[in-house]
Amino acid sequence: MESTIGPGIEAQISQWRSYLLRRQTIHRVDVDELEDHLRSEISELGTVGLSGDESFLVAIKRIGGVNELSREFARERSSQLWKQLVLADDTARERSRLQYSELLVTICFAIAAAVAFKIPAAFGIDPFAASDSTDNDSDVSFYLRNASLLVLPFLIGFLAWKRNLSARVIAGLAVPFIAAAILVNVFPFNEGATSEESGYKPGDTELLAAIHLPIFLWLVVGVSYLGGAWRANAPRMDFVRFTGEWFIYYTLIAFGGGVLCALTLGVFEAIEIDVEPLIASWVLPCGAVGAVVVVAWLVEAKQSVIENMAPVLTSVFTPLFALMLVAAILGMAVTGNFVDPEREVLIVFDLLLVVVLGLVLYSVSARDPAAKPTLMDGVQLVLVASALLIDILALAGILGRITEFGWTPNRTAGLGLNLVLLANLVWSAWLLSAFLRRRRPFSDLERWQTTYIPLYAIWAAIVVVLFPPLFAFD
Amino acid sequence: MQATKEVRIGKDLVAASAMPLVLAILNEGESYGYAILKRIDELSAGGLEWTDGMLYPLLHRLDRLGYVEARWDSPPGSRRRRYYRITPGGQNALSEHRRQWEVVSDALQNAWRSFQVTNSAPDPVEA
Repeated sequence: MESTIGPGIEAQISQWRSYLLRRQTIHRVDVDELEDHLRSEISELGTVGLSGDESFLVAIKRIGGVNELSREFARERSSQLWKQLVLADDTARERSRLQYSELLVTICFAIAAAVAFKIPAAFGIDPFAASDSTDNDSDVSFYLRNASLLVLPFLIGFLAWKRNLSARVIAGLAVPFIAAAILVNVFPFNEGATSEESGYKPGDTELLAAIHLPIFLWLVVGVSYLGGAWRANAPRMDFVRFTGEWFIYYTLIAFGGGVLCALTLGVFEAIEIDVEPLIASWVLPCGAVGAVVVVAWLVEAKQSVIENMAPVLTSVFTPLFALMLVAAILGMAVTGNFVDPEREVLIVFDLLLVVVLGLVLYSVSARDPAAKPTLMDGVQLVLVASALLIDILALAGILGRITEFGWTPNRTAGLGLNLVLLANLVWSAWLLSAFLRRRRPFSDLERWQTTYIPLYAIWAAIVVVLFPPLFAFD
Repeated sequence: MQATKEVRIGKDLVAASAMPLVLAILNEGESYGYAILKRIDELSAGGLEWTDGMLYPLLHRLDRLGYVEARWDSPPGSRRRRYYRITPGGQNALSEHRRQWEVVSDALQNAWRSFQVTNSAPDPVEA
């Protein structure tokens, strides 16, 4: 009864299918149903004499635009949005098996990550237990260096499963992890100091490696997020979006988890059962680790259902930060006080540049590159320019200090990071002003930001790999 | 398909009539998406133009409201297809819709009767 459909059309149908499936509001069952419709239409049109290609085009046109369709489905399901966030999907009667299996796989990866994170405890490495074990310092140091290595492989595993990554890509992703695991555990880091009041303080290069390793590995996660296709520039923006959403969701969940733990402690204290060891050594670390995977799943699942959060926060805070920085510059101009090159000042300015860069990145990620310049772009330029001005003033002071007191690992890392961010923002400011003067398209700024991303990985890798030997594992 | 094709039904009217129309078609017997659209075409003599895809979110809504029941049928050797059947709740909704539409339709009929009268007899009534 069905007229035969040529292989070319079959390929187009399956392409159309996967295009529909990418819309999270159109579920697999809907796509199956729409495909049945499409095929009925094509064979009907075939019987009145249209060629395969013609029938396909007409049938697609009659089904209507994917955007309208997905909006219509979203509206129909808007009352169940919370279910999409928590329970995957579909009506109570017909739960799609695929979505449940996805939830199941997510939970498995989350549990595996939590187990892997606690495995060192089996070998007596357990800094979470509030014991007076003499070896606690080296335990803390072990987790400082290895925490990201224990957790992130499971996030990559989850993404690899979702993206159907080939074995070759997965093997490629494993290389940086193995290399990092060997390096940070073989390096003879100097032992940190232990003091009565502040507890264990690791050495500088060790702490720097511990901070920069997760950044580097997160960008490796980015490669798996992009399905191994990290060379292409444009999709990198998707990973930037993912990172922002992931961060926001993780913060929310961490906050909720904190409230839960605090209440648990309070309630059990009231009935005189001491649950603190359990919470400190099991619930908190396992929850924090499992959440890494679960949050990634949440971000993926709710994609395109609700407006993304990061750009909203960005547009709220861009004017506020711009205002703050302009006020700071005015303050300097009026009082004549410049940045005092204190010890901690470099970190403050690094953080400032990170925040400014984040604001730029997320407004770029949410912006329609074809739109005309708006007031917001002007505000953004003010933000970037004033941050640059303040940072250059601060750098001048800090460089003086470094030439006076020499290069320590912390100062070098702080300065390097500052330069990496400064270079990015200087060129961003230039591109933004060119865009405001309508000399350049906005997409130039987007391309600049996505092209720059690997540089962060390179810098983080340098701090992890080269700093310890350069500074004698201080 | 027929000569009445020039009559273009506005979007709002299509949307308003969609639910009772689909319910009425399902009241004739169990059916599936493509066949429902064919039937709408038939009933309106091609006058009601739908964007085909939009039927499916509507069927979803009917399902959620409990007006229809959906099931997958996969006959051997052929692709699976989703069939919809009207429920008693759907039948109630249909007769409610019908009552409402009849009121609207009667009102319009009455209105048009006077419209036709004034049209055929253009002389002023004031005389």
